[in-house]
Amino acid sequence: MANPFEPGDVNVPFGPQHPALKEPESFLISLRGERITGVNIKLGYNHRGIEKACEGQSYINDMYLIERICGICSHSHSTAFIQAVEEIAGLDIPKRAKYIRTLVAELERMHSHLLWLGVAGHEVGFDTLLMYTWRDREVVMDVLAKLTGNRVNYGINTIGGVRRDINKEQIEETLKAIDILEERTKYYIKIATEEPTLIQRLSKVGVLSHEDATRLGAVGPTARASLVDRDVRRDDPYAAYDEVEFKVITSDLDDVYGRTIVRVLELMEAYKIARQILRNIPDGPISIRAPRRIPAGEAISRYEAPRGEDVHYVKGNGTENPERVKVRAPTLANLQSVSKMLEDRYLADLPIVIAAIDPCFSCTDRMVLLNDTEKETTQAINWDQLRSYSIDWYKERGIDFGKGL
Amino acid sequence: MPEEEKILKAICEKFGLTPEQATIKRARRISATIDLNQLRLALELLAKELGFDALATITGLDSGDNFEIIYHLTQKGSIVFNLKVFVPKSLGKIKTIIDLYPPAELYEREILDLLGLAIEGLPPGRRYPLPDNWPADQHPLLKNWEMDENMKGGNICG
Repeated sequence: MANPFEPGDVNVPFGPQHPALKEPESFLISLRGERITGVNIKLGYNHRGIEKACEGQSYINDMYLIERICGICSHSHSTAFIQAVEEIAGLDIPKRAKYIRTLVAELERMHSHLLWLGVAGHEVGFDTLLMYTWRDREVVMDVLAKLTGNRVNYGINTIGGVRRDINKEQIEETLKAIDILEERTKYYIKIATEEPTLIQRLSKVGVLSHEDATRLGAVGPTARASLVDRDVRRDDPYAAYDEVEFKVITSDLDDVYGRTIVRVLELMEAYKIARQILRNIPDGPISIRAPRRIPAGEAISRYEAPRGEDVHYVKGNGTENPERVKVRAPTLANLQSVSKMLEDRYLADLPIVIAAIDPCFSCTDRMVLLNDTEKETTQAINWDQLRSYSIDWYKERGIDFGKGL
Repeated sequence: MPEEEKILKAICEKFGLTPEQATIKRARRISATIDLNQLRLALELLAKELGFDALATITGLDSGDNFEIIYHLTQKGSIVFNLKVFVPKSLGKIKTIIDLYPPAELYEREILDLLGLAIEGLPPGRRYPLPDNWPADQHPLLKNWEMDENMKGGNICG
């Protein structure tokens, strides 16, 4: 006879609004005691209709819309899209433009991985790590703002090249910033490999075997931490990746700890790539003239975003607007693996397991119906003015950052 | 491009495809259009014999009388094979490929939601990416789809 006190499965909704999730997504968890017996994922809370909206406007407008699919990997999406458009139009972009795209791509990877390291620390109650990494992340955010004008949604790409050149002074400044980041990252590698509480909290959590990672189509650091040796930058090179040397980081740990190690070591590779780009950037134009009408044709473009392989398909019909744009963001490819990682695991591991794929649900859901707001007259201010405005704003309210900033 | 040519030759010989139907577009990009009733065999050949071990995504298009479905397969993360089929709208259904490529499930649900092409053999599950209360007959990626006046402003229930 069954024990009358044996608890049955209990369904617990986790999200779409939940403190451990940074974006809305719903995980319906079946629990037996503390153990997870099933996960039912509901996506689509960030569906904004971007793919449909792309069909109704020009390629160049689409580029800016697509850049806004995601705030963290905006350059990933805009580059993946623009590469497909350039392939259809048969445009061979200047080498200098390719180098600048690669530079911004690696800077984006740096800020994304540092952001992830902080979030991961936060999810396991190691908030000092969050404070440290997010402070260091400001270094790369400042570099991005100086090079492109924006902290996110850089707007550096254009069909046929890039919109902003980089000068000698900026190259020197960026190299100095990379030196600082490298020092800090060495410290994080030390923490990740020596701090016993962190190692014990993350080891054997969210296990994904090599076979499951391959079968379920995992991508990016999630796959590489299960010894899936894949990286679009090396396997299907784009931009200037065929001219730089770097190592694809893999791990056979198969767990959240392995994913942490892969990401911190990838930061070191990102510094290596950025340095090669900055030292070897060729002279020349940064863009070529692109036609407004893109010929009929189709192309598929792949890009190694910080979270993994980003796939864009574009079909042109000979007009100024595309016939179809399709986006497959890395998080979507990793979601089946999340269900697998959570099977028969403890509920308390759920936030860090989900966080360990570095989920980006806005990317996954893509698709916005924008309400036009009335244009207001604005005053243009430069980066330093904006920065001092922000510091003063806090000072007036009694918060002084001192000389740290 | 010896590897790409080998793959192209294998697929052309097996299914008697003409150069117009199957081409190497550039390094690491092969495209082929195949008859709907040969789709399963072609996918099996690519998955089991030619080493296409991952499905990057599935794209669905509305091209008038047909749906165009493109399976984007990758081999060791490098070569991409774009396998296209035309599915007449009058037929309105296609078989699932989740037994060959488990990641296909979400991509197939997306095609079902956004284009309205039925997927045979798809296990029951929550819809993606549209909301649960989105009208079942509204498929936004169809070219003739227009938003109902009542739906504007986020009011999907009318």
